[in-house]
Amino acid sequence: MQVFDIFLLEAVLNGILFGGVLALLALGLNLIFGVIDVVWICYAELMMLGMYTVYFLHKVHGLPLFVAFAGAIVVVSALGVVLHQFVIRPVLNGEPINQLLVTGGVLTFLQAAATLMFGIEFRNIGISMPSLMVGEISLPWSRISAALTALVAMLALYLFLKKTYLGTAIRAISQDRAIMPLMGVAPAKIYLLTSAIGGALAGLGACLLVLQYDVHPAIGLSFGPLTFMVCVLGGLGNMLGGFIAAFIFAQLISVGGFYFHIEWGYVMAFGFFIVMMFARPQGLLGQK
Amino acid sequence: MATPMLELKNVTAGYGSFQALFGVSLTVNAGEAVAVIGPNGAGKSTLLRAISKLINVTAGEIVLEGRRLNDVEPHRIIELGLSQVPEHRRLFPRLTVEENLRMGAYLPAARAKFSERLEMVYGLFPRMKERRHQLAGTMSGGEQQMCAIGRALMSGPKLLLLDEPSAGLAPVIVQSIFELVRKIRKQGYTVMIVEQNVHQVLKVVDRAYLLEVGKIKASGTAQELLASDEIQKAYVGL
Repeated sequence: MQVFDIFLLEAVLNGILFGGVLALLALGLNLIFGVIDVVWICYAELMMLGMYTVYFLHKVHGLPLFVAFAGAIVVVSALGVVLHQFVIRPVLNGEPINQLLVTGGVLTFLQAAATLMFGIEFRNIGISMPSLMVGEISLPWSRISAALTALVAMLALYLFLKKTYLGTAIRAISQDRAIMPLMGVAPAKIYLLTSAIGGALAGLGACLLVLQYDVHPAIGLSFGPLTFMVCVLGGLGNMLGGFIAAFIFAQLISVGGFYFHIEWGYVMAFGFFIVMMFARPQGLLGQK
Repeated sequence: MATPMLELKNVTAGYGSFQALFGVSLTVNAGEAVAVIGPNGAGKSTLLRAISKLINVTAGEIVLEGRRLNDVEPHRIIELGLSQVPEHRRLFPRLTVEENLRMGAYLPAARAKFSERLEMVYGLFPRMKERRHQLAGTMSGGEQQMCAIGRALMSGPKLLLLDEPSAGLAPVIVQSIFELVRKIRKQGYTVMIVEQNVHQVLKVVDRAYLLEVGKIKASGTAQELLASDEIQKAYVGL
């Protein structure tokens, strides 16, 4: 009998890499919710548009990959601003159910618009990266670089929120919006900035995903619910909670998939989520 | 006569259809400390909120150093040199003391002087320096009030508005808060303070206005009001 299973280790390492990307996806959604108190149900559809942006800029127009990445981040960041200004702002003080419905409507709209514009075929940017071989363990570089980029981006956001005046204002506004004008801060501006950052994070997420997955109009459905569940498991709006939850989810999917089948990995992760919602409905680090 | 620091002319304000202030007029001169006293629900906090533009003025005029504030956006008021310590302190509970102070210095002009003013505030409240990395929400009421006053001073205001600084604090802490107000006055700030703790506040201000159900009912120097029978009976409780 084998004492130590090398392929289990590979699954665990892959889970860590996937967790890093998942944590980045959850971060944008958590930031928006934590600061603006609105859930962007259409978050993954913004990523889908970012993936198309990379595809068209790089594959169709032949721009270098990093230019295409930068383009996707800018485009999705701008979409975040537009989303806030024209969709969220009118319902900002409305019923939470209305806020969910409008962003849910945007989800359907973006999916349908993408189907009409781009068709339903799966598109691939056609970049294949080699794998890193450590003994018998094989780790795709696309996953390693995605996870590392996600970690760097999360660290950069942390430092921004912690060290700068704007970042401090973003954290402050989520704690007491009404007195922000007394500090000389216009809340509307901070909300737009936060939406731009949330959009940029979705854009960066798109860059990392497009390295590993084909883009098609329904790709959002593969990541939207997952991202949302990671946020809820961690405690919606709690960025550290989301970070931890992302790695738990990714590990369950990866290791569960290793023992049974990749689909069973998802079943286990979602089953765990359901049980946790009974045990701890406010999320791992959420407050009641 | 010199232009007053702050002048309110027949100010009317309220919340939706509920009117809380009925034609309030008052003046605060540069270098003065002025109190607005009155019972709970008289409209004292509403008055300060109207001056800081947190709520809209429906009639009348608010003038700061000759400049009309009625059409100034709320977040621009602090740029003009008016800073408010809001009712119930309203610190950002999950930011540290120093981060709260940093929020007070958010204006570009104040950022340039951040370290200088931080030293000034820490000099005024040595306790805040000890607690600078502590989350503001975990401090005692008196410490939070110090932090809130410090935060308001970080913008380098000419006029400091204090909304019920003694509310909810233990009597011995109340003493020290008023002692602080006296200290701040000595540093040359003009202070306008709203208080229910009439006896204490009249000892640290020059003049006061009595506000009842949204109207100014009496005004005078602190000594005059302390000596007045009506105030003695109704508010000082002697």
